[in-house]
Amino acid sequence: MSEALAGPLVRVEASADQRLMRAGLWLAGAFLLLALGLPMAVLLSRAFEDQAGHFVGLANFATYVSTPALLRSAWNSVWTAGLAMVIVVPLAFTYAYALTRSRLPFKPLFRAVMLLPILAPSLLPALSLIYLFGNQGMLRWMLPMENIYGAPGIIVAQVFSTFPSAAIILSVALATADARLYEAAEALKAGRARVFATVTLPSARFGLVSAAVVTFTAVVTDFGIPKVIGGQFPVLATDVYKQVVGLQDFNMGAVVGLVLLLPALAAFALQRWAEGKRAATLTGRAVPLVPKARLARDLPLTLFCLAMAGLLVGIVAVAAWGSLIRFWPWNLSLTLDNYDFGRFDSSGWGAVETSIRMALATACIGTAVVFLGAYVMERAPRLTGLDAGLRGAVGLLATVPLAIPGLVLGLAYILFFNHPANPLGFLYGTLAILVLNSLVHFYTVGHLTATTAIRQLDPEFEAVGASLKVPVAETFRRVTLPICLPAILEIWVYLFVNAMTTVSAVIFLYGPATKPASVSVVHMGEAGQASAAAAMACVLLGVAILAKLAQMAVGGLTARATQGWRQR
Amino acid sequence: MTALDTLLQGGLRRAATQDPYLDIAAVGKQFGTFVALKDVSLRVQEGEFISFLGPSGCGKTTLLRAIAGLDPATTGVIRQAGRDITGLPPAARDFGIVFQSYALFPNFSVADNIAYGLRGPAWPAKRVKARVAELLDLVGLAEHALKYPAQLSGGQQQRVALARALAPEPGLLLLDEPLSALDAIVRLHLRQEIRDLQRRLGVTTIMVTHDQEEAMAVSDRILVMSRGHVQQIGTPEEVYRSPATAFVASFVGRSSAFDAVVQAAPGSITAHGVTLQAEAARGLLYGTTLRAFVRPEDVRLGVAAAGLPGAVPMTVTHLEFLGPTCRLSLERGAFRLEADLPPDQVRDAGALPGAEVLAAVPPDRIMVFPADE
Repeated sequence: MSEALAGPLVRVEASADQRLMRAGLWLAGAFLLLALGLPMAVLLSRAFEDQAGHFVGLANFATYVSTPALLRSAWNSVWTAGLAMVIVVPLAFTYAYALTRSRLPFKPLFRAVMLLPILAPSLLPALSLIYLFGNQGMLRWMLPMENIYGAPGIIVAQVFSTFPSAAIILSVALATADARLYEAAEALKAGRARVFATVTLPSARFGLVSAAVVTFTAVVTDFGIPKVIGGQFPVLATDVYKQVVGLQDFNMGAVVGLVLLLPALAAFALQRWAEGKRAATLTGRAVPLVPKARLARDLPLTLFCLAMAGLLVGIVAVAAWGSLIRFWPWNLSLTLDNYDFGRFDSSGWGAVETSIRMALATACIGTAVVFLGAYVMERAPRLTGLDAGLRGAVGLLATVPLAIPGLVLGLAYILFFNHPANPLGFLYGTLAILVLNSLVHFYTVGHLTATTAIRQLDPEFEAVGASLKVPVAETFRRVTLPICLPAILEIWVYLFVNAMTTVSAVIFLYGPATKPASVSVVHMGEAGQASAAAAMACVLLGVAILAKLAQMAVGGLTARATQGWRQR
Repeated sequence: MTALDTLLQGGLRRAATQDPYLDIAAVGKQFGTFVALKDVSLRVQEGEFISFLGPSGCGKTTLLRAIAGLDPATTGVIRQAGRDITGLPPAARDFGIVFQSYALFPNFSVADNIAYGLRGPAWPAKRVKARVAELLDLVGLAEHALKYPAQLSGGQQQRVALARALAPEPGLLLLDEPLSALDAIVRLHLRQEIRDLQRRLGVTTIMVTHDQEEAMAVSDRILVMSRGHVQQIGTPEEVYRSPATAFVASFVGRSSAFDAVVQAAPGSITAHGVTLQAEAARGLLYGTTLRAFVRPEDVRLGVAAAGLPGAVPMTVTHLEFLGPTCRLSLERGAFRLEADLPPDQVRDAGALPGAEVLAAVPPDRIMVFPADE
């Protein structure tokens, strides 16, 4: 059936609603192009120019490859990330396995503890390690080496900060087990080890790939931890910072940024591959697995989880305790002096206020942009080939931020917004650019959450509305929004918490009046004021916990009104 | 021609003199390079119940969505009540629609779902309430008015979707595989209910289905489609008895199919060495290759076959007892037939597995089509 149709083509009229949704899709595309596509294009072009702006081809890359110091930090990044990954994935797998496949008691509590590091700034574990094993460390005598600064500190701190994401991915992978497979294996007289090797591991293998990839990328692209605990140990992320802030060499910064982009892009590709495979292995008819009690398995797993949860709580507690100590480690009396931030950093408590304002703006504007963007992408009419093409392009752009490290995006933003010819240059150094940058940096996860929620709605809701002459805005307000409220709250809190705690996305972009608390923490940590840094990290953690509790409260209060229909 | 045929034909002839309510003329639909519909024409009278029947991917849903404006046609013209609606958006048309998934709003009660389209100055709260109560009665769900869709059975959800579509009194009701998500018994029951409701309200209705029995049970006329082309438009009996193409013959109803060649004697064909008499093959050129179809209920056995031309002894290879009928598989060399007969006749003919019985098909009941189709 390839013969084309003859005759005059029907002139298709779009309704006001359809035109509105189409305009929304164009707007979403324009936003992503302006806030993501153009800055990245500028970054790319700067890597091929010299300081004066002349095109020099691959000369910058040649310089990079012939500079041993730069190559060494690339290698440092790779091996520390690899080692952290090798440590985290088995730990996270065991923890997730206990949560999903055993009769572990108090599962909700263990689940909550697992999420704790996500709410804290990523360098909070680093600060705790400095308390324990730094030059004045309480437990320094336990170390075989001089102190923890350098590779060991980076690796241990990264293990703590990447543990939750790996554990979440693996518990999702392990949660979707089909009980029938286990019954079949048992009926065929397979031993426990064989069942584990032939049923459990294969069904979780894509989860393992994802967890490994996410951990590796997070470590390679993280900036805060190596900055605070890395000492003289150079890695890619600190190199970008050094080239740009220290040496003011934006071109070499762009080159290092592109190098930093490589593992992230590879991870992104691998991740998409793994996701496609995982979807294909899941069938709708699976029977959920309910683990039976078995002491020989449950007891060791419970002990393991207790130890792991103890470490996670402990590392946060050390930072909290340290922040209340008068003069570590000689005068252990308690004080609130360290919370008088004005004594350590000129922006003082103002940094916290800036962070909260920035996080609120990112969460409120971001949730609206992300959700509406995902909605028009899913539901805008596809009347012409152009509609379909635009949808594909916007969909692709929306997933790209996941592959771009915060530092690289931040660098792209300076180059783009600081360009003398850019009419948007006035944004540079304002709160608005921090908000825009955080929004774009964390766009993808929110977008995927929104898309998943919207796809669970019947695709014909808008068609039913149109046939009943109800405007799409009303169907959106009365049906889509209430049903998707849990997802919307989720996106809001995700954006809020990440905007509060991010360092890498904003380190290049803040101005004298807009220094966020997360950057203050890095500065104070770097300046040796660990107590004040820990204090501010604890404030950030407290605000993030409050936001999470607020989400649960709002979700609970509105559940009856918007989710009552879910009960049978 | 049966009495029923005459009656229906008379009705249609009368109807054909009026302007059709829905006039689909030479409609085509193209997705990229794929042609999903080609040159589809259909005139639907007011109050008619039409089914679009065909296998999945034949274009029946595409045609329904073109009528609804959800995926407007690429070429051709669609007129509803004299108005050209071909390129109009769905909201500017006059129809109610029920989807296969029902697409009920899960966060609305049954009553709120039905009231969803009752808005604007024409629908003050009091009138809405009365209309919703009327529809709840009509579909027999009055006591479930305050429940959420998730608390209802599939059949009940289907009725809510129907009531919601009918609430604003649309001129045209579109049903997209409305019964295929239900189990067999509910389906039988609900299809009668839909038909009764449609008769009572007199609303012009188009239903898409892949179930030929369902289409025959409820429709005034059936439009049979295959690969984007209309194969036949006719009453259920026309489509079953006088299929226009080999596709229709094989898709609608059960039949035994075989290749045959026209012989020199008028109306004589051979298939796998067996010579049969077929009225429909009269006048065809000697040597023409054909595709022939025989309905199982048209096969005669034993005494009933003895008087018919072309009767041949055949071996019974398989027998299934189905209650009112028995289904037999008959074989003579490579020539095979399937036959449905009442158990009594099977016994009288002695048609047990392994036995040989005389079999024949009345010459007017063999359907033949050019083989290259």
